[in-house]
Amino acid sequence: MKATLPKPLEIHDLTVAYQKKPVLYGIDMEVEAGSLVGIIGPNGAGKSTLIKAVMGIIKPVDGYVKIFGETTRKAITRVGYVPQRASVDWDFPVSAMDVVLMGRFSHAGWFRRISKRDRIFAAECLEQMNMLPYANRQIGNLSGGQQQRVFLARALAQQSDLYLMDEPFEGVDAITEKAIVDLLKSLRNQGKTLLVVHHDLSTAKEYFDQLALLNLRLVAFGETQDVFTHELLQRTYGGKLTVLSEIGSRQVEQKQPPSAVL
Amino acid sequence: MFLLIWKRLRCALLLLALFWMPCVLSAAQISSNLEQDWINKAFRFWTFADSSIQVIALGAILIGINCGLMGGYVVSRRLSMFGDTLSHAVLPGIAVGFMISQSRDEVALMIGATFSGFVGVGIISLLKRYTKMKEDSAMGLVLSGFYALGICLITYLQKSSGGGMAGLESYLFGSLVGLSSDDLIPLCLCLAMIILCFVLLNKELLLSGFDPSFARSVGLPVDLLHFCLWILLAFCIVSSLQIIGVVLVSALLIIPAATAGLLTHKMSRLLLFSGILGALTGIIGCFLSFLVERLPAGPVIVLCSAFLFLTVLFFNPVRGILPSWIRTRKRGQRIRCENTLKACYQVLEESSFSSQSFSQTSLARRRRKSDAEIEREIDVLIREGYATRQIILLEQKSELPSENMISLTPSGWEIATRMIRNHRLWELYLTKEASYAPDHVHDDAEKIEHIIGEKTVRELERILDNPRRDPHGKLIPSQNDIDRGWLSPPLVTEK
Repeated sequence: MKATLPKPLEIHDLTVAYQKKPVLYGIDMEVEAGSLVGIIGPNGAGKSTLIKAVMGIIKPVDGYVKIFGETTRKAITRVGYVPQRASVDWDFPVSAMDVVLMGRFSHAGWFRRISKRDRIFAAECLEQMNMLPYANRQIGNLSGGQQQRVFLARALAQQSDLYLMDEPFEGVDAITEKAIVDLLKSLRNQGKTLLVVHHDLSTAKEYFDQLALLNLRLVAFGETQDVFTHELLQRTYGGKLTVLSEIGSRQVEQKQPPSAVL
Repeated sequence: MFLLIWKRLRCALLLLALFWMPCVLSAAQISSNLEQDWINKAFRFWTFADSSIQVIALGAILIGINCGLMGGYVVSRRLSMFGDTLSHAVLPGIAVGFMISQSRDEVALMIGATFSGFVGVGIISLLKRYTKMKEDSAMGLVLSGFYALGICLITYLQKSSGGGMAGLESYLFGSLVGLSSDDLIPLCLCLAMIILCFVLLNKELLLSGFDPSFARSVGLPVDLLHFCLWILLAFCIVSSLQIIGVVLVSALLIIPAATAGLLTHKMSRLLLFSGILGALTGIIGCFLSFLVERLPAGPVIVLCSAFLFLTVLFFNPVRGILPSWIRTRKRGQRIRCENTLKACYQVLEESSFSSQSFSQTSLARRRRKSDAEIEREIDVLIREGYATRQIILLEQKSELPSENMISLTPSGWEIATRMIRNHRLWELYLTKEASYAPDHVHDDAEKIEHIIGEKTVRELERILDNPRRDPHGKLIPSQNDIDRGWLSPPLVTEK
């Protein structure tokens, strides 16, 4: 019975190009329900592009994406998206509450007004991220970590089964980072599926159950302990050994032989 | 606090209005030698006596609301320059529409203007895509190029057709003369469209403006929405041109919205305020332009809205320059007062609280200030009810000056002990918990003592386990000491 359920995310031979220059080639990926997947790779590897292509924000040149066995457009209420924080104009006249309510739009439908129930639910989402006291603050008056929490509260308000997050750890303080990790794990434990773009190799191993190593191609995808290997990382980061040596030195600082990790 | 500022604001506005009216009236007087009495004219305007005034006033108000509402979106989406470019780019289209229809036919002008606006915007996006030109340069190029073309066409038309094309120049600077009720139809239509669009698509426009990629991810056609807004903007600009003119219509898009942005951070309120401000500037500008017939309507309306902007910038109660200046000044006064009271406590402490009063000269010594300065500080304390002064003649009939003896009132004592407690508690906290050196903490505590709240004080007392001595061995007054109104000498000397 369970085997017949459609997968939360199925990417088949996906190729994406920006102005005719391909940035992702033939990506194949199938993600099981309840996985917490980290997408890692060097700058310009197409991590954000992969997420945007899945969300239908960028049209792929080739291949398709299926979400719970359907096209993204049809399954839109089942996918939640957290864009990069830098992609937004933070001076826009909206409050934290307004932003979280935006997560309810796909449920409310065109031309409809936001209902009282949506408001109560949005307040709960803010509360869950410890941001309720800031609900009426203009979004630009919040700190970076607080802004990211508001973004995650909005994702919670979407009540999705599959979440795609673009660098949620970018520029946040340690407390917020911990709060985000806790949130990711609790969502995973509720059976949700999460794909998270991440750039910090040193924490990737402990945060995610599965990793997708990306550099224009999908280099590897699997359980973290199988994928987070010296060889595969080297292939992903293609000769940029500086990154690896940096990780190695960090491991030495933690008094572990580098080989035990890499 | 805010109530107080509001009251002051009301006063200031009233004064401004009083000051402003004679200016207006005297200006009017100069120009209306041949015409009726200006009072009569003003009366005629504000009672909307005849239909031509009704039309003019309604037109100006409609333009104000339309541009104000559209401006709310234009400014919050950072499209101010875009609005400016668009308003200039429509000019050649108006001339061509004129040429084809051979009259001031609204529909022909509208089609021509919208088309030429399209071409202008198209050129901008082509330049951006195929050259290395930045967006602002591309806009500047299109803006000035199209404007020059429009002026050439209009001047040529006027020269070649004799008097038949009169009125075309009103598209440059705006005019209220000859506005007929038919001219109001496009304005009403535009307002209806804007309101319909904003009511129906409120949340969609908000989302696509704030976070386009998220909007796309929930399936909103962001580009289509953007295009709709663009068309609406073009329509709004074209319908306003006759009254306000090409050159300045963008000011009416930007200024009321920017003014509203000073007042609120909420989109719905921003639109409301912006619309109201737009209407207000429209009617006032229209009145002035009516009063002084030589003034063109457009610039007068824009001046009015700039004046309103300045008024709000200076007087708005939350972030206005004047109210925040008053707040800063008040805080400065409070801190000076608190510092004097603290010094009073220290003087009393030096004498181990043996007497309830102290001489003004001892305070001056303590504060290292001149007698005159201390005199002033004490005057402030007395005025605020924190201290009392007694003049004691040292010796009857002697030549020696009399000595001023100061004693603190209960409220003065409360503030003084509280400041001392805050100061010493903070010093202790810094040395004990943040491992500062004892000789490094004084300056920091001098600032913190005034801003630390009672809640934080309780927290500090809990953390430090209700301490009695500061890092320098001096007594930290407890809440009991503050409430009791006096420190008993034995407690102070106890080690």
